[in-house]
Formats: sequence, structure tokens, C-alpha cells
Amino acid sequence: MKSAVVVFPGSNRERDMVAAIEKITGHRPVTVWHGDHDLPKVDLIVIPGGFSYGDYLRSGAIAAREPIMGAIAREAERGVAVLGVCNGFQILCEAGLLPGVLMRNAGLKFICKEVELRVETTASQFTRGYAKGQVIRSPVAHGDGNYRTDDETLARLKGEDRIAFRYVANPNGSVDDIAGVLSEKRNILGMMPHPENLIEPLNGGTDGRPLFEAALSAVA
Amino acid sequence: MKARVTVTLKNGVLDPQGKAIEGALGALGFAGVGSVRQGKVFDIEVESTDAAKAKTELEAMAAKLLANTVIENYRVEIVD
Repeated sequence: MKSAVVVFPGSNRERDMVAAIEKITGHRPVTVWHGDHDLPKVDLIVIPGGFSYGDYLRSGAIAAREPIMGAIAREAERGVAVLGVCNGFQILCEAGLLPGVLMRNAGLKFICKEVELRVETTASQFTRGYAKGQVIRSPVAHGDGNYRTDDETLARLKGEDRIAFRYVANPNGSVDDIAGVLSEKRNILGMMPHPENLIEPLNGGTDGRPLFEAALSAVA
Repeated sequence: MKARVTVTLKNGVLDPQGKAIEGALGALGFAGVGSVRQGKVFDIEVESTDAAKAKTELEAMAAKLLANTVIENYRVEIVD
């Protein structure tokens, strides 16, 4: 099982992500720099959280147009799993690999706390380790987590069972309480919460662990 | 040649920042403010001397980067 964690200027959760994946699989992910044009052959590509390019213009906007994103789009098209967490989710939306956009939190405040998420579908390699309807804990830390789409896209996401997670208590104003969505081919997941920060008892819980175990064993 | 690209939120897109500004204007005693929508202005200098060509190029810039067309509209003007 090989994975890559993509690093942009201003990413700051890449080390948490690398540590989580290494602890769960025993294999250290490759870190890939944003200016690279190619990715090593891997089974899982992760775009971690942070503030790429200082959130200039719009969160994730500059990173989404970097050379490495072309390589990620190509790999995703081949069916390689791609996970974007927090800023990674914002980048995937800005790159057009996921629908919608993440706007400023409705309450205008940066939110850093633990929330509860409901697993809405198990039909993906990221969520099949959970039960449908299961409520899991996960930390969030974001200022721009307010997920918006037009009505037509929202209807399509619902109809195609592509809403991966919903907030039990919506912290940021996201439409339909959406916390994470899947791509049409279901191999790309973007989510605002940080499952990588709840993978061992020392973190205070292990609710994030099944996501990585499932994603990584799918391709083992 | 100087150009200005104005990016505004589409109608119906919630604008929490605009709302906060609206509230602050009210708190400062400015009565009669109906609503506030926040946008962005980009002043761009381009080398081209052909206004039509420059405008096409600037529209591409706006569509590809300056605006997120999921939620934003843009307007390109050649200033001089």
C-alpha cells in the first residue's frame, strides 16, 4: 500500500496526516511538493489541511491551479483514491474535482472544536468501515467551511448518494449540513473535519481510524 | 493598458461578510442601508495595445482564476 501526501506552501496538517497513515499502515507516505508535475505511483493521494497560499484570493484557489493538480486529476481519472481534508477539500472544489464551494463560516468565526458527524453512505472505500447512520466524533478547525452548491447540484449529490458525512449540529452554515462529499466515481472524498486527528487513544478517540483503514485496505 | 476586473457574488448566494458590514453600518448610525454585498476589484496592467484582444484575455483570467464561477460573477472593463 503506497500513499502520497501533497504539500503546498502554507499546508500545516501534512505531518499529522503522514503520522496517521504511517501509524495505521506501517508505511510512511511519500510527500510530494506542489511544483512537481508528476506523482509517484500510489494507491491513495491525500491533500492535507492548512492555509495554502495564505488563503489568498479564495481558500484553495491558488493551490488548485498548481502543476501537481493536473497530475492528481489524471490519477483520479484512473480511479486512484484521493482524499482532501479541510484545505484539501477547498482545493479539490476549486480545482473542479468536487462540486460546490466552501465559503466563510456563516457565523464568521474560525471554529476549532470537536463535532459529531453522521456517516451517510458506506458505499465508498473511505466510508465502508463505518455503519450507515453511525455517529462519529471528529475535530474541525476552519474559517471557510460553509459548503454551498446550487440546488441542481445538491439534488444530484443526494440522488447519487454522494454525501459522505453530515454534521449532527451544523457548525458553519453548510447547505443540508454537509461535511463531506464524494466525486461521481466515488474515489474522491473531500471533507472539512480532520479524521487524521482522532486515530489513537492518545488523541482521545479512534473514530477517524476506520476511514484510513478502509481506504488503505481497499488497495492493499 | 489598464483594466479593472470586478468580481461579485451571484444573486442568492449568502454573503455573511456583507451581512456583518451591513450590521456595522447600522451600528454607526447610517440609517437606510438596504443591504451590503461584498466583492473584489482587481486592477490589472496588460502589455497589449489591442483592447478587444486584451478584453478576451482578461475574461479568460477572470473565468479561470479571479472568480469562482460557482458563486461569483465577473465584469471586465478596459480603463485606459
